[in-house]
Amino acid sequence: MFEATRINHKNLSRQNMFRLLLGGMTALLILPVILVLGTLIYKGAPVISFEFLFANPTNGMTAGGIFPALLGTILLVIVALLASVPLGVAAAIYLSEYAPDNWFTRAINIAIINLAGVPSIVHALFGLGAFVIFFRFGTSILAASLTLAIMTLPVVIVATRESLQAVPMAFREACWNMGATRWQTIRRIVLPNAVTGILTGVILEVSRTAGETAPIMFTGAVFFLPFLPQGVFDQTMALSLHLFVVSTQVPEMPEAVPYGVALVLIALVLLMNSVSIALRMYLRGKKKW
Amino acid sequence: MLATKQQQADNKMMAISTTDLSLWYGTFQALFDIKLDIKQGIITSMIGPSGCGKSTFLRTMNRINERLDYVRISGKVDVMGQNIFAPEVEILQVRKQVGMVFQRPNPLPISIRDNILFGHNIHSAGKTGKSEEGEIVESALQQVLLWDKVKDRLDHKATALSLEEQQKLCIARLLPVKPSVLLMDEPCSALDPKGTEAVEELLWDLRGKYTILIVTHNMAQARRASEECIFMLMGKVIEHRETGEMFLTPQHQETADYIEGRYG
Repeated sequence: MFEATRINHKNLSRQNMFRLLLGGMTALLILPVILVLGTLIYKGAPVISFEFLFANPTNGMTAGGIFPALLGTILLVIVALLASVPLGVAAAIYLSEYAPDNWFTRAINIAIINLAGVPSIVHALFGLGAFVIFFRFGTSILAASLTLAIMTLPVVIVATRESLQAVPMAFREACWNMGATRWQTIRRIVLPNAVTGILTGVILEVSRTAGETAPIMFTGAVFFLPFLPQGVFDQTMALSLHLFVVSTQVPEMPEAVPYGVALVLIALVLLMNSVSIALRMYLRGKKKW
Repeated sequence: MLATKQQQADNKMMAISTTDLSLWYGTFQALFDIKLDIKQGIITSMIGPSGCGKSTFLRTMNRINERLDYVRISGKVDVMGQNIFAPEVEILQVRKQVGMVFQRPNPLPISIRDNILFGHNIHSAGKTGKSEEGEIVESALQQVLLWDKVKDRLDHKATALSLEEQQKLCIARLLPVKPSVLLMDEPCSALDPKGTEAVEELLWDLRGKYTILIVTHNMAQARRASEECIFMLMGKVIEHRETGEMFLTPQHQETADYIEGRYG
């Protein structure tokens, strides 16, 4: 009565086949990640030292360290954040909490999502035209950071809007029914409960910003600078561009240096991502509804 | 002349008084020429099948319906003798004066204390002293018979309370701003029988201090927990009488049919 029939056998073997297929695909996906990280660590780790991180490059960049590029990347990211976070969060709050749900709002939302799909080289040219030339910032940290900010704005807006919309409507209704204004509701209830998601979006943006090359190439990052930037109107070196330079532009570059630069860049990004994950887990533990 | 004065005096006795109140959601008419006078200080229940307009009526009383821009309202609504649709009326004040309790308890995801103080804080300028805050919290929780249960964990999240306690808290947080009317939209339908009984007891406790208008699907509850009862059907008021009388000798066939469970 309970013996397997031919149909059972057929269904089960098909089920096993698909499990194998899907599992195989997943393994295939992990493989490149392991290979990339493994190669970087294997070939790049030997050059990592205190000097590599904190000294200026010497000998036509074939020796010394990468400090100006590391510092430059951090500066670019910070200035980009200062521009994109207030702007993006404000826009997202407006779109999610105030804007009426009509065709115009929906059109804006679609435009924002499309903006995220614009290739970074296009943003670079826009930055060159707008910030470097039109606003006369010159090729500078400011121009490069603003270009990065424009590029990552959609990520901030979408992440913020989604975390605002994840706050249950019932909380807003409770507030409104007590005579709270929209702003009181946002300030006291909605934002505190959305802050986890907003932070996650911001940190994701940071890691993306840190790795971008094209948008900063024409707008503020340079191959080599003999001094550190003194302000936002100075040019700067950056890790991503430096990696490109040491990999392709400098003859007789020791093989380990580009791997070392790449390793530092990836470590920076992973570090930021893990901070994001840790923060999210911490804040989620505190949240309850 | 004399008659109108007399009428005005009568209206003053009424917590809520509506004339020719109609409401449309887009092209769908949900309320038809509602004329109701709800007495001050007593508990009035509203019964009727789903979609008959009870909740819509409730949501018109604190003007929360108008948030939806496809809602259109005509007619007159006086709360405590004042037209709430008059141009000089501030919506935020209406919502402060007319508190609302929902079907699903919806405490805010903050501490019990902050839930109670929320309404007070949003309606007061500047900061309130710690001792005054303490008094506000204690008095509100005392009124809903919750003080003894939660006084030692006022800093705990309100969302961790049991449903019954949450619902009482939702009533309590309305009280510090001294509302005149409490609207309750099926406040017990998410609660078990014990919780329902506790909330009904609480209603009787609050009776007199506040005018309570409670929408319910539960006819036994309307019978137990209200003094006057309104029966609505298809957006119209069919009958409005003393609760005991309505259940004993309904004047309309529709009321009788509904009470006896022939539809609904």
